[in-house]
Amino acid sequence: MSAALRPDPARLDPRRLRALLAKELTQILRDPSTFLIALVLPLLLLFLFGYAVSLDTSRTRIALVLEDSGAAAQSLAQAYENSRYFDVALLRASAPAKELMVEDRSRGIVVIPQDFSRRLARGTAPVVQVITDGSQPNTAGFVAAYAKGVLGDWAAARRPALARALAGTVTARPRFWYNPGLESRNFLVPGAIAIVMTMIGTLLTALVVAREWERGTMEAMIATPMTMAEFVLSKVVPYFLLALAAMAMCTVLAVTLFGVPFRGSVLALALVSSAFLLPALGLGLFVSTVTRNQFVASQIALLASFLPTFLLSGFLYEISSMPAWIRAITFLVPARYLIPPLQTIFLVGDVWPMFWRDSAIMAGFGVGFFMLSLRATRRSLD
Amino acid sequence: MNGAPPPPLAEARGIAKRFRGAHAPALADVAIRIAPGAVTGLVGPDGAGKTTLIRILCGLLRADAGELCVLGGAPAAARAAIGYMPQRFGLYEDLTVAENLDLYAALRMLPRAEREDTYRRLLAFTDLAGFRTRRAGQLSGGMKQKLGLACALVSTPRLLLLDEPGVGVDPISRRELWAMVTALTAQGIGVLWSTAYLDEAEKCDRVCLLDRGRVLHDGPPAELTRRVAGRVVGLAGLGGQAMRGAMRRARDADGVVDATIAAGSLRLLLREGAVAQSPGALGLGTRAGFEPVAARFEDAYVERLGGGARGDSALAASYRTIPESDRPAIAAAGLTKRYGDFTAARDMAFTIARGEIFGLIGPNGAGKSTTFRMLCGLTAASAGSGTVAGHDLRRAAAQARASLGYMAQKFSLYGDLSVAQNLAFFAGAYGLDRRAARRAIGEMIEIFEFAPVLGQNAGLLPLGFKQRLALACAVMHQPPVLFLDEPTSGVDPLMRREFWSHINGLVEKGVAVLVTTHFMEEAEYCDRVSLIYRAEQIASGAPAELKATAAALSGRASAGMEEAFVLLIEDSDRRRAAEPAAA
Repeated sequence: MSAALRPDPARLDPRRLRALLAKELTQILRDPSTFLIALVLPLLLLFLFGYAVSLDTSRTRIALVLEDSGAAAQSLAQAYENSRYFDVALLRASAPAKELMVEDRSRGIVVIPQDFSRRLARGTAPVVQVITDGSQPNTAGFVAAYAKGVLGDWAAARRPALARALAGTVTARPRFWYNPGLESRNFLVPGAIAIVMTMIGTLLTALVVAREWERGTMEAMIATPMTMAEFVLSKVVPYFLLALAAMAMCTVLAVTLFGVPFRGSVLALALVSSAFLLPALGLGLFVSTVTRNQFVASQIALLASFLPTFLLSGFLYEISSMPAWIRAITFLVPARYLIPPLQTIFLVGDVWPMFWRDSAIMAGFGVGFFMLSLRATRRSLD
Repeated sequence: MNGAPPPPLAEARGIAKRFRGAHAPALADVAIRIAPGAVTGLVGPDGAGKTTLIRILCGLLRADAGELCVLGGAPAAARAAIGYMPQRFGLYEDLTVAENLDLYAALRMLPRAEREDTYRRLLAFTDLAGFRTRRAGQLSGGMKQKLGLACALVSTPRLLLLDEPGVGVDPISRRELWAMVTALTAQGIGVLWSTAYLDEAEKCDRVCLLDRGRVLHDGPPAELTRRVAGRVVGLAGLGGQAMRGAMRRARDADGVVDATIAAGSLRLLLREGAVAQSPGALGLGTRAGFEPVAARFEDAYVERLGGGARGDSALAASYRTIPESDRPAIAAAGLTKRYGDFTAARDMAFTIARGEIFGLIGPNGAGKSTTFRMLCGLTAASAGSGTVAGHDLRRAAAQARASLGYMAQKFSLYGDLSVAQNLAFFAGAYGLDRRAARRAIGEMIEIFEFAPVLGQNAGLLPLGFKQRLALACAVMHQPPVLFLDEPTSGVDPLMRREFWSHINGLVEKGVAVLVTTHFMEEAEYCDRVSLIYRAEQIASGAPAELKATAAALSGRASAGMEEAFVLLIEDSDRRRAAEPAAA
């Protein structure tokens, strides 16, 4: 019966498809809100992530407790005070340092203990204590890493003199590969591109199909000989291209304006972003086919794509530091497979095996969503 | 030629359809035949299943049971030869007239070579040739409808399905549309025309009357009308309030099936065997005699559906009596609204007394709603002044608004709130205290029979219930002045009678009513009307006066309000055309 009702839903007629595409493009060009979402919003996001949001620690305030008055300890304290990462409050005892931290006036405490110079002179490795504010893990991590970095640099500078004293002691010297300045902008901007594509892919598609239902045009369309495949393609192709264009715009701006490196190839970028657009568009299509209501569709699109992309894709929060069960959920977020390749393309270069694998997974999600929405549209008006 | 009727284009038997979650079937055992070269009417009250049947016929819905043969097969297979115009026309408002046609031409596989000819023909036919590059969103309601029809006709269908094409459109546009569609039947196209307007149904070759998913009548409309022939009588010589009072009493009288006001006289449909009764016997308390009147399809329709509304309005019974006052309830003096250099309403002037019904009539976009909105304080007037219950709209807008009840043209309640929540919200919005609110809500539930739908979301109610709820929300605070903007648009005749019963009842309690309407027979219920055309009042007065003016213009006695409407507008056009020549 279903076959008789809608004969061969997969058939494509080039002329009908072209007419539908032309209609969709005209609507995009004439509807200012589409433009707003597709071009202005990406710019806004890019500038937001490029300029306003920064995870870098510029001059974090710490307390330095100098319990030792030896020359070496003095010189290390000097090194901390000179560091461009820290704003140091120099103290003699640890009690007031604790108070500073409790009052939120310092983000960490570095203690140079009484026996620092003595141990150094004796040749035993000296101990420097770093205490951080665990209530702000991100900052805490930075404080710990940079405090260690300052110590390392100081030790290296004194190496000739220390060489004898520390015979055989190896000092760890951290090196930050791919993003030597540790600038968060360099990984935030590629992430912002993922957000932009989610926005255009899912949010816009969710709105446009629901709009056809709301305005009653869907009913008239179904009553023509148009097939469902033609309709779905006419909704997917323009927004696919629009999303790619927005992505290209963001990439160019990221490289020229924000100086984010671009070490991979354009081809790789095109591959992974195209692969990501499949689930993004598919989800949008599915949401709007099921809800048939622009308001509900936009809410669901936000919950189902935008927020997970923001929170669970590893864009802002590292997946490896999430609890196991949340980590398990992240595997269901398509953007999880986009962010690493994107960051790799920008900061590292082409790593094809990774790109192929992640693209295949994303395409798989996409096919799933398209199948779901095709199934949902077939029962159309019932 | 051989006398046998041609085979039908579409034939359905035993069609049944039940929507998931619905307690009653939308259609049960429905049969219909659509003949070529004829207009088949589909009529019935709200929620009768008209739209569902049309959607099944064009393959948008699947019937649960029954046999269906459209153009020799399943509807989906015949889709290319079916023209369908849904209730909302299916136009893309961002696209121009030509672009909408292009889209439908391509979707309906009109050969490219024939396109230009077809467009020229359709645009001339629909009078839209001058608007090719205008966006559909900027067309008037009537023009949108014609474009919708053009899109449905783009590949010359054999079967044309029109779902309530007359809703929300003024009489002139409706006449034009009807003329266009009947012209199509001359080419052998079969048309199914669903409508809430029974004057249209009367003109159909065949009518299918649906009620609650069942067919009550299937055949020529005259067949049904014959059943009430000789039982319709008119009583002339009453006017205004006396007429409305007589109608109210007649509606509750035993031998009367239906009572309305038409062509300036009281019109009664009598029960079989009640023919001989005198006005006095019906409690009308008048010595004038009944005259027999030709029965109309509407009479038969109302009888078939179980009779018209009761005369006594429970709403009016629970309403307070509005105290007498020497100030007019509503007054407009030189009200003008300009948007840039476009004047939407010019120099509107009228006063409405306590207990009076004043109607604003006119084509779409003439300025009725603008005048309306200025008077209820929704838009500020560019010039002129207005008062509501003695409060000046500019100086005491808040008091003016507090003393009026407003029913908007579009459904303006909260669709996602339940009936009960909407009532509670509006009670609060009008500042009723807790006890008064509880009492008012209880009354509304009882009067409008909301009990079974209290928990349902207002947006999902059938149209008739939505309108009832909108009226309930507008009168809960018992205002002395009521503004009703197209309260009965798209509502079936029975519901319209119920509505006017309430309005008449309220007026007898002293409420002043300002109403806009597309239904010219409803203009007859008004004490006075003003015909608004091109932002101006081109004629004002009692309905009888307007009809007399129109009759003088045409040189023959015009019977109906609708004809007067058309004549007065044509006259205004003629004078407008003559103006530059005179200057």
